[in-house]
Amino acid sequence: MFDFNDKQHKVKVGLAEMLKGGVIMDVTSAEQAKIAEEAGAAAVMALERVPSDIRAEGGVARMADPDVIEAIKRAVTIPVMAKCRIGHFAEAQVLESLEIDFIDESEVLTPADNKYHINKWPFKVPFVCGCRNLGEALRRISEGAAMIRTKGEAGTGDVSEAVKHLREIGLAMKQLTVMSQEELYGAAKEHRVPIELVRMVAKTGKLPVPNFAAGGIATPADASLCMQLGAEAVFVGSGIFKSDNPEKRAKAIVAATTHYKDAVIVADASRGLGQAMKGIQVTDIPDEEILHTR
Amino acid sequence: MLIFQSVMAKFSDLRVGVLALQGDFERHQYQLVSLGADVTLVRLPEDLRRLDGLIIPGGESTTMDNLIDRFHLRQPLYEFGRVKPVWGTCAGMIMLAKAITDNQAAVQPLGLMDIDIVRTGYGRQVFSFEETIKARLNDQETELKATFIRAPIITRMGENVKPLGYYNDTPVLVAERNLLASSFHTELDDDTTLLKFFLTKFF
Repeated sequence: MFDFNDKQHKVKVGLAEMLKGGVIMDVTSAEQAKIAEEAGAAAVMALERVPSDIRAEGGVARMADPDVIEAIKRAVTIPVMAKCRIGHFAEAQVLESLEIDFIDESEVLTPADNKYHINKWPFKVPFVCGCRNLGEALRRISEGAAMIRTKGEAGTGDVSEAVKHLREIGLAMKQLTVMSQEELYGAAKEHRVPIELVRMVAKTGKLPVPNFAAGGIATPADASLCMQLGAEAVFVGSGIFKSDNPEKRAKAIVAATTHYKDAVIVADASRGLGQAMKGIQVTDIPDEEILHTR
Repeated sequence: MLIFQSVMAKFSDLRVGVLALQGDFERHQYQLVSLGADVTLVRLPEDLRRLDGLIIPGGESTTMDNLIDRFHLRQPLYEFGRVKPVWGTCAGMIMLAKAITDNQAAVQPLGLMDIDIVRTGYGRQVFSFEETIKARLNDQETELKATFIRAPIITRMGENVKPLGYYNDTPVLVAERNLLASSFHTELDDDTTLLKFFLTKFF
């Protein structure tokens, strides 16, 4: 059962707290990792392929080669994250042995277990998990996730799914804050989560772990939009290194995330960035290629 | 209740800034508000005007360093820290330091406090930890619940720097003139002991 006063869990959530207000960037090489760090990224996600390439190439997507991950680790001093497949606790164990700072149990990779997620409590390394709604978020938290991010629809450059997920989580949390005890039991049943977690959210109006945005963020204004909708930091996947000028765009998204409420700074950051990633509209993707339903 | 009100009244005159470029600035803001202080999130030089003191929070020092230069905060922060109370926690301590040993990312600290530090001195996240440490505050031995997240280690202290708390014989809480620095976090818990010490003794 979950224990939020557990020292190990507090230390894991602690790192998530330190990443707030920052941008976490997908990188596939040491060179890209350096560009991300110099642009002001708060962390990097070490990958073999960015989501848009995974989408284009198809096939089974798995944890990255440890050599790729270690080259990225050596290149930068900021925290390094890496992805494992949903339910693939052996990949997670490998990533922990590599002393990765955060593991993303990610729907962007091909799920290894169609029924269960990883029990994240025994791990010393913190986990982030994706979600589309409050029920998913709280189920991942009950499994020990130290950070939640929206799923969005990765590798598209279309922010609409991330927005939908942020709004759904935000609305469901607001609703809990005004519910009676009886209604909270009903909500726990509806969201399929423990009543204790529902009560925690009802009391604070917030998730008990940091809540970040991911999936389709490609511009400074996208980052500002997600932050204004309640995200506490943003992940940018394909959006940076699939654009014309990754250095400039990375810096611009960092500036827009810090100053997300200041439209003048977001406007300045948006100038002269060249072409954003071309992207694909989520509504044009056939159902079987949608990642967020995983 | 009476005690609570007097604490609120005591700190309500203080205008305290929290550098909010990146990191856990909201945790500090939350603790400051709980004590009744008047809080400003600092993202631009003009936000420093009229403030009585500042907290530089935890987060990524490379990101803060980058944004300090991009938004022209270096000189204003330096001048502020020369005369007004500043508390740096974790990344904030790195920013206050004179020098960073093993400085792969070329972070340029503000150089306000006469200490040298090594970043992530205890190792990566899997070596982060929480420990109760003993500190000497107001001439009294005080226990603090300290969370060390990829924390820095002090490798040199100038002669005017006063160590106030140790972990494993290493100084982790130090003071110099109007400056306080801790390599750990107390803002992740609800314990405001160290914050009250800062607001009482440094302002």
